[in-house]
Amino acid sequence: MRVALFLTCVNDTLYPDTGRAVVKLLTRLGVDVDFPMGQTCCGQAHYNTGYRHEAEPLARKFSDVFREYEAIVTPSGSCGAMVRELYPRMGERARAEGRGDGLARTLAPVVPKTYELTEFLVDVLGVTDVGAYYPHKVTYHPTCHGLRSLGLGERPRRLLQAVKGLELVELPGADECCGFGGTFAVKNPDVSAAMGADKVRNAESTGAEVLCAADNSCLMHLGGTMTRLRTDLRPVHIAEILASTEEEPLV
Amino acid sequence: MSGTFVGMPAFPEAAHEAVHNTTLRGNLRHATHTIRAKRANAVAEVSDWAALREAGKQIKDHTLRHLDRYLVQLEESVTAAGGTVHWAADADEANRIVTYLVKATGESEVVKVKSMATQEIGLNEALEAEGIRAYETDLAELIVQLGNDRPSHILVPAIHRNRGEIRDIFAREMSEWGRPAPEGLTDTPAELAEAARLHLREKFLRAKVGVSGANFMVAETGTLVVVESEGNGRMCLTLPETLISVVGIEKIVPTWRDLEVFLQTLPRSSTAERMNPYTSTWTGTTDDDGPQTFHLVLIDNGRTDTLADEVGRQALRCIRCSACLNVCPVYERAGGHAYGSVYPGPIGAILSPQLRGTGSEIDSSLPYASSLCGACYEVCPVAIDIPEVLVHLRERVAQGGPVTERGGKVVLKPAKGHAAERAAMRAARWAFSHPGALRAGQRLASRTRRFHPRTLPGPGRAWSASRDLPALPPEPFRDWWQRTNGGRTDGGREGTK
Ligand code: SF4
Repeated sequence: MRVALFLTCVNDTLYPDTGRAVVKLLTRLGVDVDFPMGQTCCGQAHYNTGYRHEAEPLARKFSDVFREYEAIVTPSGSCGAMVRELYPRMGERARAEGRGDGLARTLAPVVPKTYELTEFLVDVLGVTDVGAYYPHKVTYHPTCHGLRSLGLGERPRRLLQAVKGLELVELPGADECCGFGGTFAVKNPDVSAAMGADKVRNAESTGAEVLCAADNSCLMHLGGTMTRLRTDLRPVHIAEILASTEEEPLV
Repeated sequence: MSGTFVGMPAFPEAAHEAVHNTTLRGNLRHATHTIRAKRANAVAEVSDWAALREAGKQIKDHTLRHLDRYLVQLEESVTAAGGTVHWAADADEANRIVTYLVKATGESEVVKVKSMATQEIGLNEALEAEGIRAYETDLAELIVQLGNDRPSHILVPAIHRNRGEIRDIFAREMSEWGRPAPEGLTDTPAELAEAARLHLREKFLRAKVGVSGANFMVAETGTLVVVESEGNGRMCLTLPETLISVVGIEKIVPTWRDLEVFLQTLPRSSTAERMNPYTSTWTGTTDDDGPQTFHLVLIDNGRTDTLADEVGRQALRCIRCSACLNVCPVYERAGGHAYGSVYPGPIGAILSPQLRGTGSEIDSSLPYASSLCGACYEVCPVAIDIPEVLVHLRERVAQGGPVTERGGKVVLKPAKGHAAERAAMRAARWAFSHPGALRAGQRLASRTRRFHPRTLPGPGRAWSASRDLPALPPEPFRDWWQRTNGGRTDGGREGTK
């Protein structure tokens, strides 16, 4: 299977370790991963801030770069949701504005082939035990777009439960938003920070060492909040936990 | 909409105060979390909730699509049943009509059933200006009115108050408006309710004119419906000689059968009850029973303009259950007043900028008062995709475009204050469309990473004031991939770790 890694612009620039973890994990599971160099950004920040027309060329580019692959895997629930949920909507809007079917036809091929990482593991590869080893106490935050737009459900938790040595503890108020929300964090800093602080305190109350999520944007916001609140918690992306093994443990 | 909230600061500033008001946040957190859990249980009890939600959505969509037809049918039914229908294009016209109707009875006071529509148009203030006193009879509305306060929640307008605050308001203010609070009033719920009951009873028995809204209007029979928990509304609907109902035109359902859906979804979504304790219906007038004169004032006030917008019109499906407020993490922290309108929370963030337009500072900030987490959409019993409408309205604010205003098409310019953002978005799009440029930027950032601060200057400061930025890695992923051929060779130079 020819699988493309769509790493997202945030991960590429700020969290390359997550990308390396995905490559390591998928390679271990026998998947031949490619990273198309032409990829940049799915356009979500533009779209969600109200700049749909700036997002359109990025969506077209995404389709150009990825359309030939059998599957497109991304370690980001929110960028996955952009492609799966919002690309079709962009096509519909263009049609409603009398611009014809062009955009919808361009974007259609990539929509059903795009998977968030945990979805790809559970649904496409059919594995829940990926042979990982991570001897830590972990609590899991299901990020909003993974939870509600993609409906990841129990997949990430099932993957984590199968990790050797890992103790998974339930996060109180898990379904509540962490307050990142892209430009929301900048436009409404007080409310965003209050939401982040509450999320970190809830995670702290579980006694976990690690707060895990399937989206580095939320983890960036929460990690930045953790250092300010001086907690001992660490933010870790789920891909890095799943990539960790006894031979090559994640430190 | 009315001028009640004019002069509100934009959402981020208004929220700033609320976030730092610990009493308010405590009150809100307690109230919303309690009702949230109860609602989830009440909904889980119904095996066909998804089907009911879909049915509610379809009934509303169908009705909105044929609103012209159903409104005419409603007018005919109401008239045939002995009522009189009045049409109001905006808040001023609605207030003028109601004031005129009250004056025609020769009365100078009215009792009121809790109603969002009358708050939307600022009816109490308009009546006051004409020497007519309106008494709110819903317990929470009474608290707001006596406290000279503003409502902060659709269903529980005094949600921001705790028992101690309510006791103080009753003890201080009741004598100004009628029967004083009993001596030595404590803050136990039973005593507070009894004080309100005694205070209100006087008003019910004396008033000759009642003013209400309605949750639904049935086109086929001209019947209006109010659902409530206390029974005070029913007193206002049945005791006075004249009843004036002020209702938004979107509240129609075609037939009685349609009520079946909403009478199940509304109580479970709003108060987490299986059924509303009081469901009152009235159809025109009846000899020797109830009000002998009935007026229905139908208000548009921005609704047909909203209806003209393909994406935004779904906001008119709203049945005002307030479930979206109770689950909203932003509402929970910002409080209802920050939304600068009688419609707070997620529904307010999409309804107010449509009914009032995005011209003011507060209205252009409301579409951004959300992290787009989607919790509101998930609970909405008529499946309003609030995040979708928020993004649509952000587009209107940021980029302008065609909208309908007072029935005519106009093309809006982008709102003020978005020029820098627009330029940044365009630059980012350019860089992202040119992977080479993106890569050069990433490399430059990596090479200079020792000089990067953990806090940001300029507009980013707000973010880094309460959060630290992550450290930049020495090498972006794409460089690692190329250097090591996707990890297949070690590439010579040590990478990120
Ligand atoms: S938008 Fe939906 S959830 Fe919110 S008040 Fe209206 S009907 Fe209820």
